[in-house]
Amino acid sequence: MEIYLPIADIPVNLFLLFFMGIAVGFISGMFGIGGGFLMTPLLIFIGISPAVAVASVASHISASSFSGVIAYWRRSAIDLALALMLLCGGIIGTAFGVWLFSFLRSIGQLDITIGLSYVTLLCIVGGMMIAESLRAINRARHGKPAELRRPGSHMWIHGLPFKIRFKQSKIYVSAIPVVVIGFLIGFIGAVMGIGGGFLLVPALIYLMRVPTGVVVGTSMFLTLVTMTGATVMHAATNHLVDAVLALTLMVGGVIGAQFGARAGQRIRGEQLRLLLGILVFLVGLRFAYDLILKPEDLYSIRRLEDGM
Amino acid sequence: MRRLVVSAAAFLFVLSSFSGARAEHLVVALSTHQVQINSSFVGTDLVLFGAIERDEKTVARSGAYDIVVRVTGPPQTEVTFRKSRVLGIWVNAESRTFLDAPGYLAMLSNRPLSEIAGPETLRRYRIGLENVTFPQQIAGDIGDVPLNDPFRMAFLRLNREQRLYREVPNAVTFLTPNLIRAAIRIPANVPVGTYIVDVLLLAEGVMLATSNSAIEIQKVGFEQFVASSAHDHGLLYGLATASLALLTGWIASVVFRRD
Repeated sequence: MEIYLPIADIPVNLFLLFFMGIAVGFISGMFGIGGGFLMTPLLIFIGISPAVAVASVASHISASSFSGVIAYWRRSAIDLALALMLLCGGIIGTAFGVWLFSFLRSIGQLDITIGLSYVTLLCIVGGMMIAESLRAINRARHGKPAELRRPGSHMWIHGLPFKIRFKQSKIYVSAIPVVVIGFLIGFIGAVMGIGGGFLLVPALIYLMRVPTGVVVGTSMFLTLVTMTGATVMHAATNHLVDAVLALTLMVGGVIGAQFGARAGQRIRGEQLRLLLGILVFLVGLRFAYDLILKPEDLYSIRRLEDGM
Repeated sequence: MRRLVVSAAAFLFVLSSFSGARAEHLVVALSTHQVQINSSFVGTDLVLFGAIERDEKTVARSGAYDIVVRVTGPPQTEVTFRKSRVLGIWVNAESRTFLDAPGYLAMLSNRPLSEIAGPETLRRYRIGLENVTFPQQIAGDIGDVPLNDPFRMAFLRLNREQRLYREVPNAVTFLTPNLIRAAIRIPANVPVGTYIVDVLLLAEGVMLATSNSAIEIQKVGFEQFVASSAHDHGLLYGLATASLALLTGWIASVVFRRD
């Protein structure tokens, strides 16, 4: 069934969109991430302009992270103090990202920026996740105990001033790196149309030493607020959020996420991280492929505002 | 639709029986003057009927008539980019801005354009995609470039691939020697706005008469509501979409609650 998208200005198959929502939702539920880094490229692939895709995916992530936040909230697995501190940076970062997005779009370099950021970010993060999880799997196979948190091992980050105690996470860290991480996640999310969960979770674990029990819930909370904010800001400044597209994706997404979460519980943590790492890395490679290989058609057309 | 077409044809028959003391004269009717884009819009076909009026004073012509229907969509600014390799990656390096290029352009005729008239006539009356001027912004100046300019050729080719520009040499049929019918295909990806329909009557390569009318293509109903609120009330629209997202997330967590 074809449906005409009012903002994207093209007809697409409703079931295809719905199925994409379910598939990405399944993966996001399985790994506890928003899935924006998969959804945005998929939408671009089916012919939706990158600008509309990025802006509309924000609301899709906002829906799926809200149902996640509710579930983690019930289990009280969210460090609200840490989340709010991250948010301080996150909101500023999102606003800055939306501004940069509009600017790049006006000078015609948005697509290449999105493409390049995907390649760099996904390949690096994917590669790191693969390496880390392979080490963990190797350790488990040789019967060595998992790497514990060593209280003595302090990095320079832990020497910064303005220290705050986050009770639920049982950490005592400076507010500066927390706000900076929040800023970067919000910024990257708004420009690339991703929630940033797959960046935030490792950042909180490895840099902030937040226990894994609260990290996903806290990260989802941040994603929820920044992506809801990004939806509103993208709609107000760029007028590119396609509500029909977003609604179809989010309905599919929240359904898929439920089944994904169940599937995820049957897989061991490090194997799950390895799978996610491979997935992230592959998406990065796909983008690299487009940038490096000689394109079939060197020319492309972009329509500016109608009837100027 | 069918009833409309039939009545349009009947109307033309009546009209064509009246005749003034002029040379050939074109009377044209479209199956509709308004194309509405709703949520199930996947493109549409319009039908154009035209009658060629003659009277006793009209010179007798040895050859048959030729008809060209030119449909021109609303003007748009389109940028054509060319990728080239910079530091090992392919980026949009060069670009050309086409000012006020038609968002849709169709050249429909009863036989190949080159058989209808000579190249001078075709160029003079802008018949055929090759003969339409596409003004570009070139370093502060505005003007068209030679036909073999790579950007111009790419611009035409890409628009043809998207089915927005088309040249169909058999889209016009003569129902009788003086009555024509043309099928105008409107694809789903057309821009909204006013479309100008020019009907040109030629014989033996000479322009005899023209007629023009317009079609309005617009979003209606829900599509119109969404598009206009996204544009005119961006903040409110954003808040509504965000609330919709939160509502969907909340409903899902209620429906799938397991504990």
